[in-house]
Amino acid sequence: MAEPVAYAVVAGVFAGLAAGYMGSLMITKRMALVGDVLSHVALPGIALGLLLNFNPFVGAFALLFAAVVATWYIERSTRLPLDAVIGVMFVFALSVGVLLTPGNELLEVFFGDIANVALLDMGVAVAISILVVLVGRAIYSGVILSHISEELAVSAKIRVGRVTFVYLLLVALVVATGIKVVGTLLVGALVILPAAAARNVSGSLHRYGLLSALFGTVSSVAGISLANVTGLPPGPLVVLVGSGFFLGSIIARRVAAPARHSPSP
Amino acid sequence: MRDPGGSPAESVLRVDGLTVRLDGRTILQDITFDVKRGTTLAILGPNGGGKTVLLRTLLGLIPHEGTVTWGNHAKLGYVPQNLFVADVPITVREFLSIKRGIDIQQSLASVGLEPETTSKERLGTLSGGELQRVLIAWAIADRPDVLLFDEPLSNVDIGGEDLILETLNRIEKAFGITVLLVSHDVHNVIAYSDAALALNRVVVYFGPSKNLTDPALLARVYGSGTLLSRHAH
Repeated sequence: MAEPVAYAVVAGVFAGLAAGYMGSLMITKRMALVGDVLSHVALPGIALGLLLNFNPFVGAFALLFAAVVATWYIERSTRLPLDAVIGVMFVFALSVGVLLTPGNELLEVFFGDIANVALLDMGVAVAISILVVLVGRAIYSGVILSHISEELAVSAKIRVGRVTFVYLLLVALVVATGIKVVGTLLVGALVILPAAAARNVSGSLHRYGLLSALFGTVSSVAGISLANVTGLPPGPLVVLVGSGFFLGSIIARRVAAPARHSPSP
Repeated sequence: MRDPGGSPAESVLRVDGLTVRLDGRTILQDITFDVKRGTTLAILGPNGGGKTVLLRTLLGLIPHEGTVTWGNHAKLGYVPQNLFVADVPITVREFLSIKRGIDIQQSLASVGLEPETTSKERLGTLSGGELQRVLIAWAIADRPDVLLFDEPLSNVDIGGEDLILETLNRIEKAFGITVLLVSHDVHNVIAYSDAALALNRVVVYFGPSKNLTDPALLARVYGSGTLLSRHAH
């Protein structure tokens, strides 16, 4: 395997794993579409990085983090529906980002540039993904419990505010890392599809987290490998494989449902 | 029956001049009461009277004026009215495991649930009564001094109400836990609590629960025309 392809596959494996795992929390907290919108919010940050010659990842992460905290704060402190807040942020960020991003870079930003992953990019993606999964695992039950009942979490001495803040930080990191693999237009799918598929076939939290991470990893590896063979862009292929997992999970659920309810012989 | 006003027992909770304002509206005003260790205080009143807000304030979730003083190192257990579990694939075992060091088998058995089968069930598929008992198992697992109970019977079938209340009473006696119970049901309040705190933004009544059989007092709590009638089982 050529080195750039190997770098791309390794970066894709870890980014897919972290995106899938965090996706399981985001779907539970009904923030699936927030991930999709946030990816577009990264666009002005990437554009600033390109224009001012600093790492676009840093710009993307800075804006993502600001946006995720703003969404969380506005939702909690106003009566404005979450989708309205998200809608406003989405169109504003997309407009600013498109105006700022140099024209020749736009396509890469929209659909990712995993084919051009350097050793440093790979190292950053791997390190961040491992960090996301480890910290995500540590706060997983706290995030779930605070979603189930904030009062119950407080009575169990869980610092709900701190756990939510760390969770949002991880969301920003995972979206910023995923943008390199599939681009801003499709990173939401990298987060949503594996977790949505896993949700359909999971009867326990353990299985849900595990399958989300597994589907995310396999989607990335399969998509990048297919791109290498066909010459097609990897981002859409990664998302198509994820869509395949989702369709498969619906079928598996339908097949399993009658079996569960059929009377015992 | 222990008289909340006449007993020299130690207070586990003392609330003095508590006022809560949300979005510029006064939800609770100048609330003062105390709870003696080992007793059950029922909090009742009409919808919108501030019962759940009071419970959330006692948990430290809502900013307030006035003082809330818990007894020395009081450990709180909380049983919520609702859980958002329909879309979370979490089993009873996984839920209880969030509380570290819990003996799942023993906890489920202590609230009358069969540990082997119940622990594998998804939380979202349990009946209202089963879920309440799992929540009680969660709340008493680390031997709290005080149990805060928000409308424990709101999602339970009529037939299951007595089972929940008997479980609660048994636990209270076995472990000497102090109970704060938010309830709509005046009959249950009279039968299962020592003292009652009736709220309608202000304290309408604080004293022995047995006095709630007085129609004049009931009318003050819920409005004129309120009758004490027991639903048929």
